[in-house]
Amino acid sequence: MSTDPPSVEVINLNTHYGDRQVLKNVSLTVKPGEIFVIMGGSGSGKTTLLNHLLGLLRPSSGTIRILGREINALSALDMQDLRTRMGVAFQSGALFSSMSVGDNIALPLREHTNLDETTIGIVTRLKLEVVSLAGFEHLMPSELSGGMIKRAAFARAIVMDPRLLFCDEPSAGLDPVVASSIDDLILRLRDAMGMSIIVVTHDLDSTFKIADRICVLDQGEVLALDTVDAIRNSPNERIQNLLNRRTEEAEIDPDAYLRRLLGEKEKLRDEPASRRNGL
Amino acid sequence: MKIESREIDGAVVVALSGEVDLQHSPSVRKHLMDLMFERRPVVVDMALVDYIDSSGIASLVEAYQMARKNGTRFILAAISAPAMRVLQLARLDKVFALADTVEAGLQA
Ligand SMILES: Nc1ncnc2c1ncn2[C@@H]1O[C@H](COP(=O)(O)OP(=O)(O)O)[C@@H](O)[C@H]1O
Ligand SMILES: [Mg+2]
Repeated sequence: MSTDPPSVEVINLNTHYGDRQVLKNVSLTVKPGEIFVIMGGSGSGKTTLLNHLLGLLRPSSGTIRILGREINALSALDMQDLRTRMGVAFQSGALFSSMSVGDNIALPLREHTNLDETTIGIVTRLKLEVVSLAGFEHLMPSELSGGMIKRAAFARAIVMDPRLLFCDEPSAGLDPVVASSIDDLILRLRDAMGMSIIVVTHDLDSTFKIADRICVLDQGEVLALDTVDAIRNSPNERIQNLLNRRTEEAEIDPDAYLRRLLGEKEKLRDEPASRRNGL
Repeated sequence: MKIESREIDGAVVVALSGEVDLQHSPSVRKHLMDLMFERRPVVVDMALVDYIDSSGIASLVEAYQMARKNGTRFILAAISAPAMRVLQLARLDKVFALADTVEAGLQA
């Protein structure tokens, strides 16, 4: 394992939305088998950074290597190939409302492999077992609770056994017990499969439970990048403020707030991910 | 990845080695299913499996189910640590017939 290249390498990443710089000289490395948590307040640039790692945005400057490949230098075909080794569990769940849970999970295997349909069926049901949704394959997503949708999205994200798994706010909107079961799942996946897992979250309990290392983003800059203990014991006042914010009022989540104003449902979308995200 | 078969005491010992992944699991599946159709007792030697993904596990599951229907022996033996972790993730260590060594598998 130690001979493998870093799973993720970001060197001096800068990015802008219009004139506004949203990521400033971000550098980080994620090791194979590591659970790496990106945290920071709303608007600090977490989702933007994640989208860069997924190759969905082009940086103003800087280098991003995923599993040893420099993603901005890849052809569309090579990028597609690389994406089959990356799993993504999106914040919104990202299941197709028109397909059964089982078909949702099997989709990447049907799209990207030539596996026999029997094998695909077994792999799909194996993943449902792993996320504790055994027997739910024939249900439609609309019949699942929020926590179940999250777990189904996980099952789909890992159906190709990715080397690298990205999770955007895995515990957002879940009650503490369900959130904690998602944390356990993340730990089990890393331990069993040796996956590198990158988690974007502002849930501190979850971060302290699962992280090997934490990257704290603040207004687009890496404020700190260190182990859980080092971050916890950091004398830096801004880090302590961030850590203590849990006791204060919940901060506003612009994503959720905008969705509320637009009257959008949180859980489902109707359009294939391949179309929306080029995945 | 390599698949090597040898006959011992009327059973077939199938030794898998290297990485049993998406690319290779279809050939593992075919190899095992052919043996199942012939109703051969099989011991899968997994000592040298460095990595096995879900499609590899699925091939083992399918063969095992076939063996159970046929009433023939299908045993996973000498399972490497990485393969065992994957089996445990889906609690399949409780489902397959396991043996610590190939010899023990042959006697089971
Ligand atoms: N599509 C966009 N166009 C313009 N500004 C954006 C866009 N997306 C995000 N931003 C801005 O970039 C900053 C970082 O946003 P984001 O990466 O979503 O942060 P986080 O995920 O940490 O909440 C915020 O100030 C946000 O308003
Ligand atoms: Mg965000």
